[in-house]
Order: sequence, then C-alpha cells, then structure tokens
Amino acid sequence: MMEVISKDTGKREMVINMGPQHPSTHGVLRLELVLDGEVIKEAEPNIGYLHRCFEKYAELMDDYAKVIPYTDRMDYVSAINQEHGYVIALERMLELEVPERVEYIRVIMAELQRIASHLLGIGAFGLDLGAFTPFLYCFTEREKILDIFERATGARLLYNYFAVAGLMRDVHPEFKTETSDFVKTFRPKIKELNDLLSYNSIFIKRTANIGVLPEKVAFNYGASGPVLRGSGVKWDLRKNDPYSIYDRFDFEIPVGSGELGTLGDCWDRYIVRVREMEQSLRIIEQALDGMPDEGDVMAAIPKRIRPKEGEIYTRTETPRGELGYYIISDKSASAFRVKARAPSFVHLSMLPAISKGSLIADMVAIVGSIDIVLGEVDR
Amino acid sequence: MTEYLTNINPVAAILIHAAIPLTIILVYALVAIWGERKIAGFIQDRLGPMRVGGWHGWAQSIADLLKLIQKEDIIPTDASRFLFKFAPFMMFAASYAAFAVIPFSSAYIGSMVNIGVFYLLAVTSVLTLSVIMAGWASNNKWSLLGGMRSAAQMVSYEVPTIATVLTVILVAGSLNLMTVTEMQAGNDTLGFLPNWLIFQNPFLISAFIIFFISILAESHRVPFDLPESESELVAGYQTEYSGMRWAMFMLAEYADMLLLSLLGAVLFFGGWNSPFGDFMGGPLWGYFWFMLKGLLLVFVMMWIRWTLPRYRVDQLMHICWSILIPLSFINLVLTALWEVIF
Amino acid sequence: MKQPEEIFEYLKSEFGEEGLGFSTGDIGDPWILIDAALIKAISKFLRDDPEMRFNTLMCLSGVHYPKEEELGVTYHLHSTELHQTVVLKVRVPIEKPNVPSVETIWKTADWHEREAFDMVGLIFDDHPNHKRILLPDDWEGHPLRKDYVQQEFYQGVTTGA
Repeated sequence: MMEVISKDTGKREMVINMGPQHPSTHGVLRLELVLDGEVIKEAEPNIGYLHRCFEKYAELMDDYAKVIPYTDRMDYVSAINQEHGYVIALERMLELEVPERVEYIRVIMAELQRIASHLLGIGAFGLDLGAFTPFLYCFTEREKILDIFERATGARLLYNYFAVAGLMRDVHPEFKTETSDFVKTFRPKIKELNDLLSYNSIFIKRTANIGVLPEKVAFNYGASGPVLRGSGVKWDLRKNDPYSIYDRFDFEIPVGSGELGTLGDCWDRYIVRVREMEQSLRIIEQALDGMPDEGDVMAAIPKRIRPKEGEIYTRTETPRGELGYYIISDKSASAFRVKARAPSFVHLSMLPAISKGSLIADMVAIVGSIDIVLGEVDR
Repeated sequence: MTEYLTNINPVAAILIHAAIPLTIILVYALVAIWGERKIAGFIQDRLGPMRVGGWHGWAQSIADLLKLIQKEDIIPTDASRFLFKFAPFMMFAASYAAFAVIPFSSAYIGSMVNIGVFYLLAVTSVLTLSVIMAGWASNNKWSLLGGMRSAAQMVSYEVPTIATVLTVILVAGSLNLMTVTEMQAGNDTLGFLPNWLIFQNPFLISAFIIFFISILAESHRVPFDLPESESELVAGYQTEYSGMRWAMFMLAEYADMLLLSLLGAVLFFGGWNSPFGDFMGGPLWGYFWFMLKGLLLVFVMMWIRWTLPRYRVDQLMHICWSILIPLSFINLVLTALWEVIF
Repeated sequence: MKQPEEIFEYLKSEFGEEGLGFSTGDIGDPWILIDAALIKAISKFLRDDPEMRFNTLMCLSGVHYPKEEELGVTYHLHSTELHQTVVLKVRVPIEKPNVPSVETIWKTADWHEREAFDMVGLIFDDHPNHKRILLPDDWEGHPLRKDYVQQEFYQGVTTGA
C-alpha cells in the first residue's frame, strides 16, 4: 500500500483517490485525499474528465445560434437555464425585443427546470448520506416535470428549446393546465420531503455544523446561488440584477440562518434549495396567470446573426448559481471568444478550503451540498 | 426422529441434522433478498422486480444467483490470495455454525448444549475477523477502511448486545436456548398475555430496544451500515469481490440478520411458542411461529433501512459507548433489582 | 453606484494616467485597459477602497488576439455591497505572456487563472499552483489559441486530429 510520511508530524498518512469512479462524486470527479485514519488532511480536486471543449466549439461554429445545443450539455441537469443565459446574452448583443409570451414561457420553463434540478440535487444529497428513499420520491416528482418538458419541447433532458428572440416551437394547448396541475400536486410533496429527510435527526446530525462556509470566504471564492445564500447572504440575480421579466414577480429569497447548526453549513445549503422550490412554484403560478394566451413565439430577426463589434458579460441565476457568458464579437458570423463562467467550477474550487479536517463521510456530505454537475465544471 | 436416525446411521443423522438450518438459510436468503427488493419498492412507490418468473418477479433472486455463479472470480494481483479467497467462506461458516444452538421448534435444535448463548456469541465474533480479513487481504484502501470500520463497530456493539442478552439470561436463569424457550410457554401473564420474557419484567422491554439497536449495528444494517457504506467507501470490504465469493458475503449477511433476529425471538418473544397458548401449538407449528417472529424482526430491519440515512463513524461510536453501553448496564442492574424485589 | 467611466476617473486620480486606458466596443460593456504591472495594485485597491468595494471576481477569461499577436486577460468585477460592475483588461505580448496573479485578492482567480493558462497559455506570476487544470499535465499546446493544432497522438493513442 502506498503511504507517505508527513513532513510536519512524521505520522504515516495515506493518499487515496476518491473517484473518478466513485458513487458519491456526482460524475467523473477525482479527489486526491491525504488521510490520517479517516480524517482528511488535504483534498485536491482533479477535474477535466468531462472536458468537451465547449468554448472552442463556440468559436468554431459558423453561427451564434448553433451554440445553443452545446450550452445544454454543460449543465445537463438544468439545460433550460443554460440556454436561457446564452440567448439573453445574444439578445442583449443584438438589442432585440423578445415577445411577451416568449418571456413568460421562458420563465415558467426556467423555474420548472430549477425545481427539477433541485429535486435531483436534494435526492442525490440524501443518497450520499445513505437515505435511499427520498431520492426516489424526488425522482418521481422530477419525472412529472420532465413529462411536461417532453410534451412542450420534445426532449426530456437536452431541450434546445430557446432560440434567439423566441422559442423553437410554441407550447401545446394544455400546457397551462398541465403545469398548474403539477404545481398543485407538488406543494404537499415538499412537506413530505421535509418530514422524511430535512428534519430527520440523523440527517441533521450528518449535515449541521459540517462544511461551514463563512460569508467572507464565500465572497472571496466567488460563490453564488444556493451556496452563497446558505451562508446567509440575500443574493439572487433574479432580484439583484433582474433579467428577463423576473422583476414582475413577487417572491422571496430564502437564506440560511444556521438554525440547526452553524451558519453556512451543509444543512443550510440544503434547506435553501428546498425553500427555493416553493418560491419557484410561486413564480410559476404568477407567470401562468400573466401569460398571454395568444402571440408569436418568434420575433422577426435576421436569418444570419451578426452582432456589432464589442463584448458583453451576462449572468443569470441557474439552480447552481451565477452562470456568466462572456462573449466577444468581431462582427463576423461566429463568436470571437465565448467564455462560460460556470458556478459549479467556482464552487468546486473551494472544496479544499471547507473540507480540511473533516472525515471522509463529511466530504461526501460537502460535495453533495454544493451540488456540482461535472459537465459544467469541465465544460 | 433424531434418535431413530442415530440408531440406523450416526453419520447420516448428523448430516441431516446439519442440513436443516442450511436449507432454512438458503431458502430464506432467496426469499429475503427478493422480499427486501419488494419492500423497498413498496416503500419507494415503485414496483420492484416484476419480470423474472412471472408472478411479481418471484424468481429474481434465483436468476441473480445463477448470474453470480457464472461470473468471473476476480482476484486482485497484489491481494493476499489465501485470505482473500477464504474470508467469504469463513464469514458464512461463522453465521451458519451459530445456528447450531437455535431451537427452531420443540422437536429440533442443532445441538443441545448448556452454554448455548455463550457459544452463539463466541462464534459470531468470528464474523468480525472475516470482515477484517477481507478488507485487509483485498489490498484496496477502500476495503481496508471498511474493514477497520467494521472491526471497531462490531467489537463495540458486541458489548451492549452481550449486556442485554445477559439481562435476559438473568431472568431466565439458563444459557440453553431450548430451556429459555420452554419456560416461556403458557398464557398467564396478567391473565391473557403469553408468558414471553418481554412481558415478565418491565426492564426487559428497554433491554429489547437496546438489543435491537445493537443487532442492527452487528449485522451492518442501516443506519449503521458503515462497513459497506456504498456512497462513502464504494462497497467497503466487499469492493474487490465478485461472483460467487461476493454472493457468499451477501448470504452470510442475510444469514447473520436472520440469526440475530431469531435470537431476539427466542430471548424476548417466546421462541417457537404459539402466542395463543396450546392453540396452534406443537412442533410443526413451532417452526412456523419461530420463523414468523424472526422474519417480522427482519422486516422491521428492512423497513428501517429504507427510511433512515446513515450515521457517521464517530457518531456511531458515540451512540455505542456513551449511550447504549451505560444504559444496558444500568438496565441490567435494574432488572436484577426487580427480580429480587418481586 | 458608479458607472465604469466614473470608476475609470477615480482610478486615474489614484494611480495617474500612466498605464490606464478606457475603451468600448460598438455594443456591450466598456472596459478599462490596464498595464500588466499595475493589475495587482489596482485589484487590491478596487477590492478594499470604501468607494469601490469590488468583493467578487465574477469571471476571469484568457483571450488570444491573433492579429495583434497578444494575449489578454479580462476581469469582470462586481461589488455586491455597492452594486457596481467594472471590466478590467490586461494585454501582454504572446512571447512573454506574464501577468501577475490576483489569486491572493480573490480566490476565484485560483482556478480561473489555471484555466487561462491551460487554454490560452498565459503565465500568472506568483500563482501558488500553476499547472494545467482541465487538460492532462503533459498535453501540448493551448487549445483556445486561434492557431492551435491538435496533437496527433497523446501517449500513443490517436486523438482524432
């Protein structure tokens, strides 16, 4: 067995590879752990196993619109939100007006996707801690959302549904009733989930006071989304830097309060996701009320997209946090440079800082609580 | 029956005698694995296995077994070959051997020894050894961690298990499980309850709770399944095993679960005694009642597995050493006091 | 809340006109062009000054400009306290692509700088862990350069180039 002698203490330590094929690394992530018994002395994430050259492809495509399917494949758990960010960036570059109906459908889709993504994150988090059943309960609900997506977009995971200043196709006529039915049936399920998992005393024991991320560190590392809100910061781009039509809706930003442990621990990050699902339901309800029944789903835009020279950085709130697209245009038909700032990439980079001195079992909890998707980390 | 056989052919008598628990274990394992999947499916709002064999996928475990037999038996290059190969069989042998002192019915007990409980606890300690053996011999770091966790866990939880068993023995006054069962016959407690030990002394109820928690940990069930905790240690000490050897681990684990549940049934719930006094009594009904009580406890274990998350390794130790062990000893003293006073 | 122009003026009053420039494209965000030698001092100032308070680095991107034979780094900063945003840019010649690391100021830069090194070939001085991040350590070339040619074999295996 491979062993190293620590320089400082002279103690024998063990280097262990967690991943790339490990049940709890949420994809192909490799963590190089230096262990003393089961206590983690050092942790170094090794990434790149899923690198698919998104940025290079975005430059090589001869049309800006051809990049949209690739954005789906970054964070395959919340593909709609990835498309949303990209099309918003293009619309801002081209200074295009988006039809009202399109905006509403986009918001409904994005929020449904947020719920689906959180359900997966929560379920997988429970699974990491040995709770198998909540995972399947979450998946049952997620399945219903995917059914709605399938009828509206034709796909269940990678949709390619949003287009520049429009949508690929209009939603089907029963979309509204189907979605509001789902909203009604889903509300009680959140309570069920809370009873089964969130306030389970073993679950609390495993997550409270673990992987504490103080507010200052969170800002310094550029954390965003539920991870930042779990540290008690009221920061949500839908409110703080509104895009699309999010300024029209009334919803709260749930933040962690350290009610069962320290502020910014795994439980706080977890419960923020649960409460966000309720807020997403509120947004969906309001959007369903406000959505015009008739209207175009595609604005009149030139066939070839050629933005003027310049660059833009747009950011949107995906289920995982701030997704930024930095696009440089040089007046040609393809982008000069597209850089995707992925929230998971940023969150994973703080793993060594918050996992030092914890046990292997805690490492699993921490990785689960920051809810990374490796497709987005590696792009 | 035994005496009759022994007179004809002693060797055949021993073999037949030994075959009875083995048959029970094997049939039980097939049913329990299928049952666990069905129970999991029921708890999780899904169907579980539905295809193999037609009716509710009853043949699923048999199909799995056939698959496992055909699988390649992989042994890592740098593994300690003998120990690696030997560990699963040793584990199963230990669980199997322990069945010798379990009275399945008034007509059948493997070996009528006077130190039955003592023997059972001694033999099941070998399980710990085989788990460490498997973890170490695999030459895999995850296996090693699993093996070490298991050693710590099983050695620790043996203490409260033994303390609660001792509590029962104190009341029963015998180490022979057959004798313990026989004294629980009848239906006179408070006029209507069966004479089961759990109704004999209020402190035996708390003893049962401690006992049940401890056997959950002893048999590596959730929330104490740390030695093989899938999401942390890949598969713990079983990581490098495949095919038939892995199946042996699985079998041993299910056998262990049954063994400890049956022990619980003997010690607290009257063993093979019918809950209705003489009604539905007799040796054959004895098998039925005994297995039913054991399987009910197994069912509760499965139910818990599909409901709760898992403890962390230090929390597990904390529960054992600072809660269960003191409580079980206090309980022992209180039981003794109750026995002296009443 | 300050506009980028005001931030630029503010920086000029603090650091002088030397090594600072302001420009904008036909569309989109304007940016402040900064001399590579100044970036660390300016970053620290932007983070700590009570009127700036840029506490987060949203994004750090490496860019290859083939026409000018230059490499560039773009820093997108945001202040969550004062709700202001600014874009900083640094350009360095491709032969000597050294930029001081801002890892000590915003930890976000740690991995982003490694990515910029990996993809474009920028070298960040004083970075504590300066190695490739997405590609294997022994990969040849930097894929996001415009003139990048993929190597034919990697450790004896064809790459499909």
